[in-house]
Amino acid sequence: MIAATLAPALTPARRLSPAAGLRHTFTLAWRSLVQIKHNPMELLDLSIQPVMFVLLFTYVFGTAIAGSSGEYLTFMLPGIMVQNALFATMTTGFGLNNDLTKGVFDRLRALPIARWAPLAGRILADTVKQAWSIALLLGVGAILGFRVGNGLLGVVGAFALLLAFTLAASWISVLVGVLVSEPDKVQIFGFMVIFPLTFTSNIFVPTDRMPGWLQNWVEVNPVTVVADALRGLLVGGPVAGPVLQTLLWGAGIAVIFAPLAVRGLKRRV
Amino acid sequence: MDYAIRAEGLVRRFGATTALAGVDLAVPTGTVFGLLGPNGAGKTTAVRVLATLLRADEGHATVGGFDVVRDAHRVRQLIGLTGQYASVDETLTGAENLLLIGRLLGLSRADAKQRARQLLADFQLSDAADRAAKTFSGGMRRRLDLAASLVGRPQVLFLDEPTTGLDPRSRNDLWDIVRALVSDGVTVLLTTQYLEEADQLAGEIAVVDHGRVIAQGTPEELKAKTGGQTLTVRPSDLADLGTVTAIAGEVSGATPEVAQNAVTVAVNDPGVLPAVVSRLDAAEIAVAELALRGASLDEVFLSLTGHRAEDAEAGTDLERTSA
Repeated sequence: MIAATLAPALTPARRLSPAAGLRHTFTLAWRSLVQIKHNPMELLDLSIQPVMFVLLFTYVFGTAIAGSSGEYLTFMLPGIMVQNALFATMTTGFGLNNDLTKGVFDRLRALPIARWAPLAGRILADTVKQAWSIALLLGVGAILGFRVGNGLLGVVGAFALLLAFTLAASWISVLVGVLVSEPDKVQIFGFMVIFPLTFTSNIFVPTDRMPGWLQNWVEVNPVTVVADALRGLLVGGPVAGPVLQTLLWGAGIAVIFAPLAVRGLKRRV
Repeated sequence: MDYAIRAEGLVRRFGATTALAGVDLAVPTGTVFGLLGPNGAGKTTAVRVLATLLRADEGHATVGGFDVVRDAHRVRQLIGLTGQYASVDETLTGAENLLLIGRLLGLSRADAKQRARQLLADFQLSDAADRAAKTFSGGMRRRLDLAASLVGRPQVLFLDEPTTGLDPRSRNDLWDIVRALVSDGVTVLLTTQYLEEADQLAGEIAVVDHGRVIAQGTPEELKAKTGGQTLTVRPSDLADLGTVTAIAGEVSGATPEVAQNAVTVAVNDPGVLPAVVSRLDAAEIAVAELALRGASLDEVFLSLTGHRAEDAEAGTDLERTSA
């Protein structure tokens, strides 16, 4: 006898409550996070690469660029947090594309769960991963001698601002994830766009050390804006201007890419 | 009669391709209904419409009496779906996959765990419960897929090509599971390219080709459409071929064919076989092979569509790629 014996004939509910949708989201976020347990490589991805970048830039380039590795760490760490966070947003598109191509997404859509829960659950899980990376970078930075200038409030503010910005930026990743045919192409996109985008900002080298034509771009590059906001919050210097600009950039990205991504997803499935 | 699934005039186009060209279906509650057809015939598209994953351009359908578009949420509470595209998460273990679905269906953590354990035991997956699904063999993977679609105790189960790519033993295991489900009262809509599978499981079969139902009936009715049975006699001594041909023709009243040292003749009367045997005996002819068999569904398909099921261009998987 198979355990599928029919449930008593209840009249099924017509609609879901929003609370149920939240519960589905948490369950699906659990699903994305528990994968790390089985694939420790993913945790290494989230951890080793950023730590390696910090070490390499601090000790290999630090003295040459800023005169001393300690001074350079103070300049570079907020920027590398932005770069790492942007790379990490690609996880969302990668995982979503994987679900779409492997058929997991259809399995979920055939269940009586909130329509938005599979995407929301994935984004929630990826935000948790982002928080882990940010904390790790701050921790490694502290060990290497990075000193926060604005106390706990600055750290919390930087944390919140970067999470908010990556949440907005992850819509780009979602759009890429629904448009490409296989997960690896999300990674390729990430490499081809985020790599040049983050290097042509002021995260590794001060703007005034670059050729004039490049400086114009570096100054408007949103990566520069976010890095400046984090520097202001973590180290010191102007805060209000860069933070406001960061929020505006985040809002702009979300307003443009969230509808495109949702439309793309609806077309795809 | 009470119908678990009804569809009327379902049309679905993907660009220039018409995947469904007006499909009507009526599946009585508690039965197995087979959708039989080659790749690209529209079977998967039909299942995706009925399982609320895809909207039809025209026509409408109900599952458990609920409209698949207007009452999609209710339909989803009644159905289970297993197919090449509705898959478990390969990175999770067998137990975690079932736990995930149980939790999504609103079971408490304890109940979801209990349900997962029970299903894993029923599907002989207990030993693999804590292994990632990607390490499963093909047969285990299908059983897990099926178990995942049963977590919610569905009243209607969609099985889209459940045994494609499985070895005969795993296939037979899966068939037994489906039979057990039906004896519990579950309604099953099964799609398959395998004529034997439809014959084995389904009480009623719709043959689908190019987005249309081109024939429908019980396996026996479909077989009867191609004209009954065939008698084959192969004499031990080739010198007897002429005599055997004469006897077969005389007794059956039809024109026998001789091919590969055997005589075959169409037979409609059950009395023909014993009559042929006694005539051969009287003529003292030793026989190497004597067989009476019904027309296979392969032959049914050939006579209905003009091409063999296997002849359908492989790779014209329009249902998925253009989706």
